[in-house]
Amino acid sequence: MTLLELESVTASYGPVQVLDGVSLSVPEGGAVGILGANGAGKTTTLRAISGTVRAGGRILFDGSDIRGKRPDQVAALGIAHVPEGRGTFGALTVRENLRVGAYLRRDRKQIESDIDFLLELFPNLEERFKSNASALSGGEQQMLAVGRAFMAKPRLLLLDEASLGLAPSTAKTVYDAIAELRRESGIAMLVVEQNANLAFRLVDSATVLETGRSVLSGTSAELRGMDEIRRAYLGG
Amino acid sequence: MGQFIQLVVDGLSNGSIYAVLALAIVLVNQATGMINFAQGGMAVLSAYVTWRLVEAGLPLIVAILLAVLASFIVGGLLERFLMRRFERGDPDTAVVVTIGLLTLITGVCGWLWTYNNQQFPSLFPLHTVRIFGAAVSVRSIGTFLAIVAIMLVVQALFLGTKLGLALRAVAINPESAAFSGLPVGRLLMAGWGLAAALGAVAGALVAPQLTLTPGMMDTALVYALAAVILGGLSSPVGVVCAAWLIGVLENLAAVYVHFIGYDLKVAVPFILIFVVLIVRPQGLFGRKVVVRV
Repeated sequence: MTLLELESVTASYGPVQVLDGVSLSVPEGGAVGILGANGAGKTTTLRAISGTVRAGGRILFDGSDIRGKRPDQVAALGIAHVPEGRGTFGALTVRENLRVGAYLRRDRKQIESDIDFLLELFPNLEERFKSNASALSGGEQQMLAVGRAFMAKPRLLLLDEASLGLAPSTAKTVYDAIAELRRESGIAMLVVEQNANLAFRLVDSATVLETGRSVLSGTSAELRGMDEIRRAYLGG
Repeated sequence: MGQFIQLVVDGLSNGSIYAVLALAIVLVNQATGMINFAQGGMAVLSAYVTWRLVEAGLPLIVAILLAVLASFIVGGLLERFLMRRFERGDPDTAVVVTIGLLTLITGVCGWLWTYNNQQFPSLFPLHTVRIFGAAVSVRSIGTFLAIVAIMLVVQALFLGTKLGLALRAVAINPESAAFSGLPVGRLLMAGWGLAAALGAVAGALVAPQLTLTPGMMDTALVYALAAVILGGLSSPVGVVCAAWLIGVLENLAAVYVHFIGYDLKVAVPFILIFVVLIVRPQGLFGRKVVVRV
């Protein structure tokens, strides 16, 4: 069952065409990576889905085209976007960040137990529960950003470059924690990542973008086996 | 001793005027991330509306409630149709727009209702009572208590309600707020509406004391901004305490510090700002923002 389907999606910033035919699909409960070099259009693809960039083509979520919806309307459909640079609320505490994430929910008891579940998964956040988000370390902020998105109980999580600005070992810890979250919750994920080795810790398959176009896709095993992928995105 | 207490009481009374305006500034800042210099002007406009309604024969309390409601709507519309164009751009531009708005509103009030002083009816009786040997007007006590009540409401709104949390989240990071499903546009309108409604209450509280003129809030705005810097932008309780502190200190300095006197007492809040910005830049009660990457 396909949850998200992108068909020849295009997008531009002013006169500059950034996406020039991106197609990919995410199955219910699956995790798909978007790989590619700087400027290939990875972030823009996610922004087209969440409604922050105007897009052409078709973006089908659960069978209906969601193009033209505002970001908060897209969120209400069950798509949670963790933007590049984390986008946590610096002057709010960890607890408040998580409560903002649960803004659309009415099930108060379940919200509290979801917070407990998250803190078990990300124990660092429990220690910093009452600190301002801006006082957390980079890795902790990234986990908080994912936690905020998780609190919305989304069906699909858009994760943009979670390793950005993190030390390699921290990035691995973050990815493993997100993979654990995926196993426990079954949320589908669309994951943008420059470092393919990291992405493969989390995703089952991936699409490779080049200058705004999807040029290749396959399962993690298939992609790992290809020489050109190894050279370009796996560090030789 | 009697003089000292009288000066403190009068200072608290003046401070309450600065406090209510400072609260409106904090409210709009926490809800939209901006400093709204037009806040005083908007309060004056609603005070005029209240005054006109009273002149037309409505009871004062009904007139105030209508003005509060009208201000809420006008505040929301101002955000939607004017400020929204500037919110995503350079914050300095937005500040200049609010200063322009202040000038415009003041001019419109003067044009419609002249620059003459108008007598604004007081919510509270005018007689005085004696407390510790000082003469205190019931009006001052009433204003003081109203400020405390408003302060507690604003503090509870931001720290204890979902709406308050949503308003703060939108002000800090509108994009992430939208990603969590918050209706950013409507929340910004609500923030401006609430601040304008609070401004209307402020206008009704202080107009009897200051007498109603288009520039009624100009001086108060300067003191209110000083209170906001002293108390910390994120703390309703902080700015109110700072406003009282300013009111009291300026009165005491005027009498007890000879080289200041009444002529220079306006310098007191600025000396305080100077000291606070050097010693504790986040304000006396504000939370320090630490940024790690």
